[in-house]
Amino acid sequence: MTLRTALAGAAGIAIAAGLGLSAAQAATKLTVYTALENEQLAPYKKSFEADNPGIEIEWVRDSTGVVTAKLLAEKDNPRADAIWGLAASSLMILDAQGMLHPYAPKEAGALKPAFVDGKTPPAWVGMDAWMAAICFNTVEAEKRKLPKPASWADLLKPEYKGQVVMPNPASSGTGFLAVSGWLQTMGSDKGWSYMDRLNDNVAVYTHSGSKPCRMAASGEYAIGISIEYTGAQQKTKGAPIDVILAAEGAGWEMEATAIVKGTKNLDAAQKLADWAATRKANELYVNFYQVTAHPGVTKDTPNYPKNAEASMIKNNDFAWAAANRDAILAEWGKRYNAKSEPKS
Amino acid sequence: MTTAALPGGRPVRWGEAGMLAAGLVSLTLLLVVFVVLPLGAILVRSLYDRNDAFVGLANFAAFLQTPALTVSVWNSVAVSALTTTIVVPLAFAYAFAITRTAMPGKGLFKALAQIPILAPSLLPAIALVYLFGNKGVLRDLMMGHSIYGPIGIVIGEVFYTFPHAVMILTVALSTADARLYEAAEALGAGRLRRFLTITLPGARYGLISAVFVVFTLVITDFGVPKVIGGSFNVLATDVYKQVVGQQNFGMGAVVGMVLLVPAVLAFVADWIGQKRQMALLSARSVPYAPRRRPAGDGLALLFCALVAGLLLGILGMAGFASLATFWPYDLTPTLANYDFAQFDSAGWSSYWNSLRLSVWTAVVGTAVVFVGAWLIERSPAARPLAAVARMAAIVPLAVPGMVLGLAYIFFFNAPWNPLGWLYHGMAILVLSTVVHFYTVSHLTAVTALKQLDREFEAVSASLKVPVWTTFLRVTVPLCLPAILDIAIYFFVNAMTTVSAVVFLYAPATKPASVAVLNMDDAGEVAGAAAMAMMIVYTSAGVRALHAVLSWVLQRRTQAWRAR
Repeated sequence: MTLRTALAGAAGIAIAAGLGLSAAQAATKLTVYTALENEQLAPYKKSFEADNPGIEIEWVRDSTGVVTAKLLAEKDNPRADAIWGLAASSLMILDAQGMLHPYAPKEAGALKPAFVDGKTPPAWVGMDAWMAAICFNTVEAEKRKLPKPASWADLLKPEYKGQVVMPNPASSGTGFLAVSGWLQTMGSDKGWSYMDRLNDNVAVYTHSGSKPCRMAASGEYAIGISIEYTGAQQKTKGAPIDVILAAEGAGWEMEATAIVKGTKNLDAAQKLADWAATRKANELYVNFYQVTAHPGVTKDTPNYPKNAEASMIKNNDFAWAAANRDAILAEWGKRYNAKSEPKS
Repeated sequence: MTTAALPGGRPVRWGEAGMLAAGLVSLTLLLVVFVVLPLGAILVRSLYDRNDAFVGLANFAAFLQTPALTVSVWNSVAVSALTTTIVVPLAFAYAFAITRTAMPGKGLFKALAQIPILAPSLLPAIALVYLFGNKGVLRDLMMGHSIYGPIGIVIGEVFYTFPHAVMILTVALSTADARLYEAAEALGAGRLRRFLTITLPGARYGLISAVFVVFTLVITDFGVPKVIGGSFNVLATDVYKQVVGQQNFGMGAVVGMVLLVPAVLAFVADWIGQKRQMALLSARSVPYAPRRRPAGDGLALLFCALVAGLLLGILGMAGFASLATFWPYDLTPTLANYDFAQFDSAGWSSYWNSLRLSVWTAVVGTAVVFVGAWLIERSPAARPLAAVARMAAIVPLAVPGMVLGLAYIFFFNAPWNPLGWLYHGMAILVLSTVVHFYTVSHLTAVTALKQLDREFEAVSASLKVPVWTTFLRVTVPLCLPAILDIAIYFFVNAMTTVSAVVFLYAPATKPASVAVLNMDDAGEVAGAAAMAMMIVYTSAGVRALHAVLSWVLQRRTQAWRAR
């Protein structure tokens, strides 16, 4: 019996393993890790493959945190060929671990300098930018007689008490970019005292970056500190919200492209990096984000706040944010984590 | 039960003993390769910083100095203890009603109790927000308290752990020796006394298992606290922050190790429970058959209807969510949310992947778990080896799925690992899911096996019947209900599992449960609810099939239970 069992078990495992082997491959399959939104995957893939016959993109998509963790965990034996659409700060972590293959895409010279890694050749090249924004539910505001906020400072008003939701910076990159933006524009002392007072108005710190905006969209709370992209998306779907870019300027982050060091499909990966930096690609990005890496590509994205580029804080120092991340999160945790009961 | 002889003291033939020992060795090896080594690979990370530099115990020191730590530990323990205190008595009463009373509709209620594991954990979270959130239809019941915090976590965890406890306790209560009850009654023992002196002690092993399973499930679950816990910090969300929020695997491993403590306690409890549990069903037993008692049966029916009603209510709210155009401002019903291709490029393929994953998990998992449990319980050889295997079978319960997923990457994707070919295919998903849900299945199998008298084997041995013949002809048929329960448990959990597979799926193997999470991430709550409901419909269908199959089997192989 035991022998039979062992054999059966082994056979089971072998068959199960066989399930994973796909059919013989004709085109070069390029494994691309990404945190792009679902709705962007199909048009990006289609456009790229039309221009690059013989290469087929296989997406591995998840949230920024999961994809970054997966890439780091696979460090000793990378499975991804390229990364298309991941936060630049995540790519900087990978680069610091020596996991990226530096490459200058053919048209990278035409992009805004802030969107290209400073090294030559660059380890990563930006695609578009997203920024911290305020999602404000107009229906709830009317019910509760809340004025519309226009700035970060406005969020400290006592009438917003228990009505503000923001992402926990320890769980969410969006939360961190908001915090990093405040610390950079206000300076350390003022930044922390701002957050102390904001904390009095915050009802809940969430783990997901888009959730505060979705909570605002469904009226759970009136104000969500989140990303402008989610705001525009929710508004298009029918949510009664205004997407507000704070007057003081907002912390922002880029999506970017990179090649994974050690890829067996370097040629195809470089073609992807080339294509992702073209004007044509940027014209795809602008359907979803107002600010793209290409200076000539702009468009009024539906329900998107105006003048997004103007509200991005100048000289956003990614290196500073990366170097001080642990310290900032430790301080943040010390100040606000012990708050065990959410205020209702 | 200690020496290299079959229970009953009769020596076994050398060939059999050798085979049994070989079986136990292969099982132990299997558990070591798929449980112990991967976990070792990630626990070692706790000694390294994020730049792969060896830092000794620095991560532990940093962890102990985190000011919010005591808060997290206390929160975790409080929430887990409270959930356990609510769930275990509820589940015991429920299991008692469906095993020890003659109320009508027992099969239906047994099936309804499983509703929560048919649904991805996101579903109750969405439902709770729609019910008790600030715009929820029943928010007045919260009396001004917020659902985003401990209250939401406890409600969500009660919903999530209830079926696990019911499953273990149903098995524990389903076998009893009628002679004990008859004797007690003849001696004048009242109903309460019989309950306290026969029923409870008989189910003791199941009760201890249920308490530890529920406690451990709650303390390691990050799904519910992540979605509905708000700012309420627990250890499991601390792991999430370290691993997914900050990619600090070392610190994540440190918190993961803290979470192993309940599992170690569970192992000790299991071991103590083991020693005390006597076989409930000896070869001379007369199976217990509940008699009709109109008052008691009515009460049982009312109780089960109430609990099942609550479970259905939560599911119904989620079903409603999947049909609403835009909650809560436009409640026009629509089927548009079921058109998945508009939300997710994988469309329906992820659904088929999940089906394949679930079938394989059920087949492989049930075979390994049941044969494994039998080897551990019945193999006469090498008790120390059995102890190792038993420990390895308990550990997976205490490992947060996220930690397991990363552990599998570290171990199976390592360039030196000869099993590297498993990575990136369906096999790794199947294996990780089997391991992830190993413990409850194992405990169910053990509970079922413990209730069979070892004398069955002793008699067979004295009749010179090979052990495996006894296994196939006696043990398997007697345990068939439990075996089917295990298979179904693996199936439905594989349909909904997220935390481990999210790190392990490849482009061609993305499961539906991950698609649900992705859609929710993208703000497509209704689409996520719709796909989650598809998972529920599928699992419910399989359950229904199982019910029919059980009924047929019950008539064919379990006739001995009736008089």
